Amino acid sequence: MTTTRLNVLVCSGAACLSAHSKEVKDEMINQLKLHKLENEVKIIETGCMGPCEMGPIVLVYPEGTFYKKVTKDDVAEIVEQHFLKGRVVKRLLYQTADAQKVLETHKEVEFFQKQHKIVLKNCGVINPESLEEYIATDGYLALGKVLTEMKPEQVINEILESGLRGRGGGGFQTGLKWKLTAAEKEPIKYVVCNADEGDPGAFMDRSVLEGDPHSVIEGMAICAYAIGAKKGYVYVRAEYPLAIKRLDLAINQARNEGLLGDNILGTGFSFDLEIRMGAGAFVCGEETALLRSIEGFRGTPVPKPPFPAQKGLWGKPTVINNVETFANVRHIILNGAKWFSSIGTEKSKGTKVFALSGKIRNSGLAEVPMGTTIRELVYEIGGGIPNNKKFKAVQFGGPSGGCIKADYLDTPIDYESLTALGAMMGSGGCIVMDEDNCMVNTAKFFLEFTSFESCGKCVPCRVGTKQMYNILDKITKGEGTLEDLDTLQKLGEDIRRTALCGLGQTAPNPVLSTLKHFRKEYEDHILNGICEAKVCKDLIYYEIDPEICKKCGLCAKKCPVNCITGEIRKTPFEITQKDCIKCGTCFEVCPFDAISKKTGVKKEKKAEVVKEKEHDDYYEI
Amino acid sequence: MKSLEELKKIREKAQQDLALRNKNAKIKVIVGMGTSGIAAGAREILKTLVEEITKNNLTDVVVTQTGEKGFSSAEPIVEVEEEGKEKVIYGNVTIDIAKQIVKEHIMGGKVLVQYTITK
Repeated sequence: MTTTRLNVLVCSGAACLSAHSKEVKDEMINQLKLHKLENEVKIIETGCMGPCEMGPIVLVYPEGTFYKKVTKDDVAEIVEQHFLKGRVVKRLLYQTADAQKVLETHKEVEFFQKQHKIVLKNCGVINPESLEEYIATDGYLALGKVLTEMKPEQVINEILESGLRGRGGGGFQTGLKWKLTAAEKEPIKYVVCNADEGDPGAFMDRSVLEGDPHSVIEGMAICAYAIGAKKGYVYVRAEYPLAIKRLDLAINQARNEGLLGDNILGTGFSFDLEIRMGAGAFVCGEETALLRSIEGFRGTPVPKPPFPAQKGLWGKPTVINNVETFANVRHIILNGAKWFSSIGTEKSKGTKVFALSGKIRNSGLAEVPMGTTIRELVYEIGGGIPNNKKFKAVQFGGPSGGCIKADYLDTPIDYESLTALGAMMGSGGCIVMDEDNCMVNTAKFFLEFTSFESCGKCVPCRVGTKQMYNILDKITKGEGTLEDLDTLQKLGEDIRRTALCGLGQTAPNPVLSTLKHFRKEYEDHILNGICEAKVCKDLIYYEIDPEICKKCGLCAKKCPVNCITGEIRKTPFEITQKDCIKCGTCFEVCPFDAISKKTGVKKEKKAEVVKEKEHDDYYEI
Repeated sequence: MKSLEELKKIREKAQQDLALRNKNAKIKVIVGMGTSGIAAGAREILKTLVEEITKNNLTDVVVTQTGEKGFSSAEPIVEVEEEGKEKVIYGNVTIDIAKQIVKEHIMGGKVLVQYTITK
């Protein structure tokens, strides 16, 4: 007879694991044994629960008690006080942003309240390594329904009517993609899952694969039935070892149970899956490059058409969808197209998972209905900006996306409205920036990424992004001209028009969107030598206020280039600007806050250079 | 797995294991597990309640614990909380009474007046 009265869910997503959730789990097993509770309390390792900032997370059912930032040392107290005596350990509970209220259960936490989970429904609830738990959540029932009750055309129609669009970036109608592939006469077809998530700050696909791998497998099998394919591939980057491990395990479980392989569920339908690991090249997330990479060639894009639906993997018709797209499929089949299309906006149906990161209190994973405003996502779910800083911008869609400024916070999030603002849905990366982020430097960061990751096949991307990067670099050094801004604009538009693949075409977006929304910041760098956010090293300097300086000499002691002079207890210290490398060490170590960071160095530096020239030929190179 | 029926059977069994995570609790059964409660045998009562509730597949009932309630002389204490109804507190609960609480009060809707205590 079962006497299990508590289910303890320990988050084992990559973020919580790196915060030592495994140690927490191991200690929990020890403590349970110590108190002879092992038959009453069941420990389950789950995938990502979402609020990664608060990890490691422990969730206790049936109440749904939500413990955050649990360490190994907290475990004994939880077991003894909560599991044994029923006293919730208050100090580990979640506090509201204003620290006014302590919340006991996860349902009360704002981070979860505004979310609508479809794709992430199982993530953080079931054990991703257990096929039984997946089946308990109606797993593989959609596949069973499709195989026994529906014709392939009906499946395609259902997906078409649901309005599901690709979650990997472009937002192409999934049903249409399936329909076009199904219509091809070729007898051999393929299903490919794009799990080559490469945007900086994006981790949605990884979390789905880690937290609910069977949902992706089921979605792919349903697609295979709809288009008439027998073989599928999941292309996932090798940097995701945990996702690969759990997916591999799931594929084997499904195969052993007759849910993959020959004659699935006795219906005569056969489909099998293989994992292909990518070497982490950003370009391989582009579908044609990805297909080449699976074939064993160097991953470079090829012109479209022909589209993969016509000539894809090994020249055969191929459906290639993103992880999140496939994970939606089973829910549409089980609940119907009507249900799905009732969620979201007119043109964007369903939900979208976002990876919140950057200057945001609750960084992590959040799934919201399409049409949720940016403000709701950033402030209500994300908890707003930490340390009382001011919101400056949010970058959607990674290096292919753009920055959106505060004026547009009330824009509903869907494919069209983000594109209209110069950003894009992309795969769902959402990086929040505050007043301490320099937009020119941000644009430079993304261009550095894209020019580095450019495959080099076409000139606009290979040469163009590098040139854009060089100009941005010049501007951040205070050496730019207003003409440079026109060149950037022109170059960006040219690349957008002429690059071979989607990644190249969208590479200028971070620059074009910041030029549009934050032009003043570019001009400040160029005309006044000012970097308002005090990020660009060449435009800032540190200064010691002699009035506040207590002459302790700590700054001089810590300075790595010995450019601070003064006499302990006698004269205030002073920074020799020409030698300073602006590492910021003195600023951080000063116990009296006598050192400040300033921008607008240009004029001063010039003056200093002139003065120096009289005595020193250092600058005459 | 050879057929959809087989899948459905496995699902039913698997759902029981997951029931604790999906409870939509209408009734809350709370066992006092302070030091005196435990000393009076509250753990056995707790186990019995969980067993009985699982056995009868009561998915809308949650068993939980609480600390000292100030009824030390009447431990073990079991409280039954139901939405829209007044809280019922049972004192000096034995394994036998615990079984009756599940069967007659929780499933049958009849308060066992003879075992209740008041503040």
